[in-house]
Amino acid sequence: MNPTLEPKYHILAVLVENKFGVLTRVSGLFARRGFNIVSLAVSPTEDENYSRMTIVVDAESAPLEQVTKQLNKLIPVIKIQELSSDQAVERELMLVTVKSSAEARSQITELAAIFEARIEDVGYDAITILAAGRPEKLDAMSDLLTPFGIVELQRTGRIALPKLGRRPARLRAVKDQNR
Amino acid sequence: MKLTGAQALIKSLELENTEVMFGLPGGAILPVYDPLIDSSIRHILVRHEQGAGHMAEGYAHATGRPGVAMVTSGPGATNIVTPLCDAYMDSIPLVVVTGQVPYSVIGTDAFQECDTVGITMPVTKHNWLITDAQDIPRVVREAFHVATSGRPGPVLIDIPKDIAMQEMNWYWPEVVDLPGYKPTTEGHPKQIKDAARLMGEAKRPIIYAGGGILKARAAEALRELAEMTGIPVVTTLMARGAFPDDHDLCLGMPGMHGNYTAVTAMQESDLLIALGSRFDDRVTGKIDGFAPEAKIIHVDIDPAEIGKVRRPDVPIVGDCRLVIEEMIKAVRSDQDKNGNGKKGCKRWPTLDPWRAHLREYQERYPLVYEQFDDGPLKPQFCIDQLNALTPDDTIVASGVGQHQMWASQRWTFNHPYTWVNSGGLGTMGFAVPAAIGAKVGKPERMVWAVDGDGCFQMTAQELVTAASERIPVKIAILNNAYLGMVRQWQEMFYEERYSEVYLSPDLPDYVMWAEAMGCVGFRVDSPEDVGPTIEKANEVDDRPVVIDFRTDYREKVYPMVAVGTANSEVIVDPDTERLSGKS
Repeated sequence: MNPTLEPKYHILAVLVENKFGVLTRVSGLFARRGFNIVSLAVSPTEDENYSRMTIVVDAESAPLEQVTKQLNKLIPVIKIQELSSDQAVERELMLVTVKSSAEARSQITELAAIFEARIEDVGYDAITILAAGRPEKLDAMSDLLTPFGIVELQRTGRIALPKLGRRPARLRAVKDQNR
Repeated sequence: MKLTGAQALIKSLELENTEVMFGLPGGAILPVYDPLIDSSIRHILVRHEQGAGHMAEGYAHATGRPGVAMVTSGPGATNIVTPLCDAYMDSIPLVVVTGQVPYSVIGTDAFQECDTVGITMPVTKHNWLITDAQDIPRVVREAFHVATSGRPGPVLIDIPKDIAMQEMNWYWPEVVDLPGYKPTTEGHPKQIKDAARLMGEAKRPIIYAGGGILKARAAEALRELAEMTGIPVVTTLMARGAFPDDHDLCLGMPGMHGNYTAVTAMQESDLLIALGSRFDDRVTGKIDGFAPEAKIIHVDIDPAEIGKVRRPDVPIVGDCRLVIEEMIKAVRSDQDKNGNGKKGCKRWPTLDPWRAHLREYQERYPLVYEQFDDGPLKPQFCIDQLNALTPDDTIVASGVGQHQMWASQRWTFNHPYTWVNSGGLGTMGFAVPAAIGAKVGKPERMVWAVDGDGCFQMTAQELVTAASERIPVKIAILNNAYLGMVRQWQEMFYEERYSEVYLSPDLPDYVMWAEAMGCVGFRVDSPEDVGPTIEKANEVDDRPVVIDFRTDYREKVYPMVAVGTANSEVIVDPDTERLSGKS
């Protein structure tokens, strides 16, 4: 593979036991092994015994193989899947409050409409927008909102599930890849 | 049957065949110490919790069974963090039980409260905070399973005081159900076949045996593999004894202070068969320059070790014993089919030239030192005398530093599980408590600790434990009045600027100190007293013995590969040529 086409990050979908302390075990492992987390989202799954973590790992801080192998050693970690961008549905949620004078308001709402975002709250001089979508779309939207003056911005970090596809999903199970 | 959490805990430990535990009680663990009175488990009361941890490690090293320790919350727990980390680095199975403040007050900065589970998370294979007494049998079962299976390691169970006093309905789980924990034990057949093929093609192969051989009880299998292939074996610091030192194929210890032949054999090899070893920096030296021409077969039960440092040509995840046994079969069938001499087959060439080449190194670069009759006493001489005057199956424990390297280099380890030391973490003060633990596990064997004066002062008080429990360990202090290894580095790499390394030979007075602790104490200044004093010490079997050997502080550990240099740059003792008599 051409090195310039190497991804800058990896997305890992990690199924873990839903017990206290699991997030600490995972984040502690990343910290002590020097793996950088770009974003991390955790929530319960359809089965209350398990949670799913969507971890975006900086690809330059460590080889993916070490990250997944070390993660697999944690006892509450059940399963790890790497989701490459073209094989996953990735979404992220963003709430952003932008300065908005009366004159700017229509421009901002227009922009929001282009991005299929929703106006969640309106104040005298600011407006809060909710946007969902691929992370690149949210990047573009926050760039375009910057000139108006962003007051506060909060993103969830991406969550991802494998694409269903018409062909069998080409998920790469990373467990036991040395076998 | 109704039991308290504490009773359930002790009963669970009994059902896990715990015969002995090392510990020290305190407030939060009090409820668990009460049912211990009625238990079959022998409890050894230590003088410091660190001692309990290292004793449990020594016990596990010597017996292969998990070491069990129990301490209280707060400082009790923090004092056992060092042994946990030590055991984690060296893959020693430990089960540590810590008391915790009542669950109802956790998070309030209660007296002797600390976040034990949080603190020990990075140094345990897994740990548990028990929040319901009903969970106790299950957690104990899981704890022993995790500690002893896969890549072994320490685990910790934190039990709040109120949970220990809570009533529960007794049960004993028949099976362990941990969906996220399924160690791979059997190697992949194709990979094993590939490994056999590579072995048959190699002209300069070396078996690089690590501590995993011992953990997997694979010493016999290793011997068979080495003998059927004629491949020489190096045994790392953690694997001393895994292959007999008196065997023709044994090259001894590689690494920073390994012997010239072992280091250079790896460096020149065209195939390294890494069995339960992890390419530690102390073995490889500068990684870019390590064994540049070698292909790698890497067998390890921990998938994360494979490719962590050096990418193998043939990776095999599995238990060393099971994998080696399969390798033996694969090698046999490959030798039968493709062995040299078979028509048109060039595999399995004779390794005679390779072994002869290595023998030349052994003759040219032996480990050397010179003991003059009128002194000063050389540390190597003391170790050689100890080695000569003790039974072949003596268990040797050591601390960390020069004495450890000399002991590992010079002792003839002909049996597995006779060398107990702190490899990965390098914990000074390990020797005394570890020797005690080993003696508790193997009371019929002679146990000697080779210790340094710096190390001894860190944990010597455990000899009080040994004296009161009648555990007759023997301690040889190589007393050079310095933190010797640090001094050596300052001499070699810091222009002989000695910063904070002098300790004094006679403060403390080791003989008086030993006697104050209920031991027999001897002092040896001259070479002719070494042998007779060791013999006197060997006869003491009702209490510990301490010998204070006053050794030459100028003696350095050679060979040495300096940090940051490649293993091709071994520094041998400057007197090697003269003393090897082969100039």
